[in-house]
Amino acid sequence: MDTVEQLATREYKWGFVTNIEEDAFKRGLSEETVRAISAKKNEPAWLTEWRLTAYRNWLKMVEPRWPNVTYPPINYQDIIYYSAPVQAKKKTMDEVDPELLKTYEKLGIPLEEQKRLSNVAVDAVFDSVSVATTCKDFLEKLGIVFCSFSEAVQKHPELVRKYLGSVVPPNDNFFAALNSAVFSDGSFCFIPKGVKCPMELSTYFRINAADTGQFERTLIVAEDGATVSYLEGCTAPKRSTNQLHAAVVELVALENANIKYSTVQNWYPGDKEGKGGIFNFVTKRGKCAGANSRISWTQVETGSAITWKYPSVILLGDNSVGEFYSVAVVNNFQQADTGTKMIHIGKRTRSTIVSKGISAGRGNNTYRGQVKVLKKAQGARNYTQCDSLLIGDRCAANTFPYIEVQNPDAKVEHEASTSKISEEQIFYCKQRGVSTENAINMIVNGFCKEVFRELPMEFAVEAQKLLGISLDGSVG
Amino acid sequence: MLEVKDLQAAVAKKPILKGLSLSVKAGEVHAIMGPNGSGKSTLAQVLAGHPSYEVTGGTVTYEGKDLLAMSPEDRAKDGIFLAFQYPVEIPGVSNSYFLRAGYNEIRRHRGEPEVDVMDFNKLLKEKSKVLHIDESLLNRPVNEGFSGGEKKRNEIFQLAVLEPKLAILDETDSGLDIDALRAVSDGVNRLRSKDRAFIVVTHYQRLLNYIVPDFVHVLSAGRIVKSGGKELALELEKRGYDWVKAPEAAEAR
Repeated sequence: MDTVEQLATREYKWGFVTNIEEDAFKRGLSEETVRAISAKKNEPAWLTEWRLTAYRNWLKMVEPRWPNVTYPPINYQDIIYYSAPVQAKKKTMDEVDPELLKTYEKLGIPLEEQKRLSNVAVDAVFDSVSVATTCKDFLEKLGIVFCSFSEAVQKHPELVRKYLGSVVPPNDNFFAALNSAVFSDGSFCFIPKGVKCPMELSTYFRINAADTGQFERTLIVAEDGATVSYLEGCTAPKRSTNQLHAAVVELVALENANIKYSTVQNWYPGDKEGKGGIFNFVTKRGKCAGANSRISWTQVETGSAITWKYPSVILLGDNSVGEFYSVAVVNNFQQADTGTKMIHIGKRTRSTIVSKGISAGRGNNTYRGQVKVLKKAQGARNYTQCDSLLIGDRCAANTFPYIEVQNPDAKVEHEASTSKISEEQIFYCKQRGVSTENAINMIVNGFCKEVFRELPMEFAVEAQKLLGISLDGSVG
Repeated sequence: MLEVKDLQAAVAKKPILKGLSLSVKAGEVHAIMGPNGSGKSTLAQVLAGHPSYEVTGGTVTYEGKDLLAMSPEDRAKDGIFLAFQYPVEIPGVSNSYFLRAGYNEIRRHRGEPEVDVMDFNKLLKEKSKVLHIDESLLNRPVNEGFSGGEKKRNEIFQLAVLEPKLAILDETDSGLDIDALRAVSDGVNRLRSKDRAFIVVTHYQRLLNYIVPDFVHVLSAGRIVKSGGKELALELEKRGYDWVKAPEAAEAR
């Protein structure tokens, strides 16, 4: 099995650094830091207080130890909690620092509206702040709010106040509490009653500054009958030290609303010896608050040194639907502990979980999922499919399903499989003229098909390419 | 086209081929017969370049090139096709996608432009009609959930699409009922041409009733111990393999 074992170098092509003057805080975290961030953003008193409460709660909490990952202790006093390009946000694209425009162009995210991806609006978050948001005016005419979180706090404080923390309470967990205290920016989307958002909304997160944590917050609200599809993408420069990314994403779907949230996460994964890379400790949760609402998470996770996230759905409204489609790839020394939680509360609520874990190199991949059916969830249904694919024999795949059913009428199904790309499969492809690299790519893409099918078109193509790059060199 | 000289090969250090020589010209059909363990499948795998088979001696020249120095994919691109005894399943990858990948690799290698999905699907449709392959097979994942007969037919279908110069059939008849055997043989016979050579590895003579070979070789203990025309196969059917066995194979008993 020599060929499958051999590990070659793998290039992370988004690893460049943008040379730009940034306004950064000193390292360290205290009430002072929290107040300073709030002041920077010119926030109302209630929000400052909200942050401080979260901070005080955080002090009393301990970092979770249950995830199946190992890493050296994080020194929270050694992190820079705010760093923003000087004169970041401008009114029009022409005023945005050309250095920033160049950065996003290099990343394949054209910010200039005339060149914008067909049918996609982009909010670009650079370190701690949003530097540009495209298509805003067009969306505004439909009553859709799509802007940076900071702007939303200024312009729509009543909406922010109503929904902030309504799905992920500030004391939900260690990293959510930390985020609630120091979050700096992120995206805000509000789709009013009956409006179907005509374009994909997306946020592109970029970490640039060294030793900086990125703590963004995304809040998406779809009112009765509203529909929206949202995409997020993330990259970071190559650095030999680890960087913390602790985000919170909250989704609220009211009656008959439909939110589709897609992620292609490609944070710097560290080098092939396992040095550097992003710690991606994220809390994502959606609430199907109204009847017949639907929330769907689709994620393709190829980056980060460590991934710790469980995009979940609280199925409160009767007949509401929650979905989770995931591809998680670990190569070299990457670790992932990811999955979902589906909490069935309303009657006839349904959820689907399709998780595809791919392990290569010395990667360690864990699926952790919880399906909980409460007493009143008459007729609830869940289907879970959890597949692992191993490439080589020094990697690992684990599955931890937790199923708790309190309603005897509920139907819960769980299927799991583990397979390995065999030398025979590769030889078969080669005998038909296909190279090893392309064979692996083809096999992996076939394995992930059910998830890719859920991604918006342009994204699906991106994701397939990304997967190829992530596994490049996993087979010699 | 193919010149095999004194070929020796081992699997997991165990010698299987012990000095095999064979010469194949374009347009010819050679049948390789022999008892179990004589090295028939090893020969097929070695010619295709399977990494588990170690060549320990001898030479193989294909169209003037040193075949043994070529990677399996380069051999494929240069026109060598192996119809597998046990075709491999590739879940989630459709047959047509898989075939197009190989087809275009071969075209690129020849300096020809790639064929897009539309044109390729047209080609697949035509070929599937000729070979009486159910079109639904094209969109199903490669060999996944295929019956034994479907898998073998799919191999011959791939052969028809990729149009190799040298096709090696490794026990394509094993596990087939008489109808499937006839269908597969029909497919192969349609593909016979003056530019294309076949090496047909089989344990039983019955396949050779349908695919009539120009030459029959009997393999025993890793060497060809007897060669002849198609009548040799009939004689083997009547008399079994014992009378032609290599002395070391007889001793081993």
